[in-house]
Amino acid sequence: MFDFSIVTQWIHSFLLTTLGLPEWLTILTESVLVALVIITLYAIFAIVLIYMERKVCAAFQCRLGPNRVGKWGLLQVFSDVFKMLQKEIIKMRNSDRFLHDLAPYFMVAASMITFACLPWNKGAHMLDFNIGIFFILAISSVSVVGILLAGWGSNSKYPLIGAMRSGAQIISYELSIGLTMLTVVAMTGTMQISEIVEQQYEEGWNLFRGHIPAIIAFIIYLIAGNAECNRGPFDLPEGESELTAGYHTEYSGMHFGYFYLAEYLNLFITAGIATTVFLGGWSPLHIPSFDGFNHIMDMVPGAVWFIGKTMFVVFLLMWERWSFPRLRIDQILTLEWKYLMPISLVNLLLMATLVAFGLHF
Amino acid sequence: MDSHNIAFVILAVIVSCMSIMTVATKSIMRSATYLFFTLLGTAGLYFLLGYTFLGAVQIMVYAGGIIVLYVFAILLTRGVKDKLSENSVAKIVSAGLLSLVGLGVFLFLFMTYQFKAQVLTAPTESILSMDTIGTALLSADEKGYLLPFEVVSLLLLACIVGGLVIARKR
Repeated sequence: MFDFSIVTQWIHSFLLTTLGLPEWLTILTESVLVALVIITLYAIFAIVLIYMERKVCAAFQCRLGPNRVGKWGLLQVFSDVFKMLQKEIIKMRNSDRFLHDLAPYFMVAASMITFACLPWNKGAHMLDFNIGIFFILAISSVSVVGILLAGWGSNSKYPLIGAMRSGAQIISYELSIGLTMLTVVAMTGTMQISEIVEQQYEEGWNLFRGHIPAIIAFIIYLIAGNAECNRGPFDLPEGESELTAGYHTEYSGMHFGYFYLAEYLNLFITAGIATTVFLGGWSPLHIPSFDGFNHIMDMVPGAVWFIGKTMFVVFLLMWERWSFPRLRIDQILTLEWKYLMPISLVNLLLMATLVAFGLHF
Repeated sequence: MDSHNIAFVILAVIVSCMSIMTVATKSIMRSATYLFFTLLGTAGLYFLLGYTFLGAVQIMVYAGGIIVLYVFAILLTRGVKDKLSENSVAKIVSAGLLSLVGLGVFLFLFMTYQFKAQVLTAPTESILSMDTIGTALLSADEKGYLLPFEVVSLLLLACIVGGLVIARKR
């Protein structure tokens, strides 16, 4: 596999020795470059995902989807972005302007930091702490604050109720996500994302290594992941029929655009984390004792594998979204607290037994 | 000044400014938001020291848990629209005296404490691993934390039972 750290090492030494910059300026320049890369990727994936969502949704509903603007409607999303950028940001009376305007940035910042944790290729990860997965869980809980502030800052009853429901839902489903992550960490024995992927490159994907408990954990993660992104069948916070648009009812223009952006990128991040911990991240598909096949698979770059697998999981999540009817708030909370969480706890126990007796591959 | 100390100064300014704004603002919701930034800044200090686990715990527990709890409590009670009551003379005097005492204690400790280093040095690559923390938490040795760990879990259990008792249908 191509090791991307050669490129980053070269940039580092170019700035440090060839240009003769002091060390702090080198690090600052690199940070700015990395931030630019993150923002660019963020925008590109948002556009790709919105187009994909429309087409997938249309396919599930036996429609054609956008097909007027550009070939196959490819320019539809771009024109939507321009529309969003031009719109006026409405100022409301009797609301806390500061908190109202601050809330979207919470959402975007939280999802951008988790976005930066994804492993794109061998040696190409931007944030790689020794507690990687835990860090992702911690940062993604920041977005709840953004939702609650958005609901309160709007000074209106629909956003407030929507924010409360959404907050309760996200806090509940975080438990399942944490427990499934813990199940995988119990098997891998490390929380560092690069190490988890490296391990899967050498010993096979976690979904196959951990067989029964890993598959249960993967399914629970897919359910809880959709709930965590506030997407259907758990998109009750923005159930149009009862709460208009939930916590972002009162937002307009680019502030609404940020919520929209964060929703789609959270979908990508959820899928990316599922890929990282269950489906091997950038590591190619290997079948034991098929050396020729494995060698050909190694030729495909890691980034292609990662993005391909992530898009596959995104498709699974969209399939889930457009197939099931929306649940009621009490049904959502019952599903989490009475079914998913006990199952994940038992599953964690099962995985611990498996690891203790060395029954995984 | 290397990058580490510059980052420290930035974080210190954020933490101290936000702490002052937390107590100075009149709106309780804004106060919670500023407190959130203060806690995030503290987490940043932990990351700067290389103790990433504690930093993540700080974000998870305080930023993601406590602040959300505060905001929920504010939203569920009638306190949202409440402004703080007007200051009386006795209140101002007692608050001023208490602040002076606090400042005095802090300055005394700050001046007399023997700091190990003048400037912050970058943490080495051998950051405290999760294995070490986990083993220390669950070992019953001389330096193990098994007893506090179990006491905390007992406390949490008591809290859950208490919550259920309050919320049950009568």
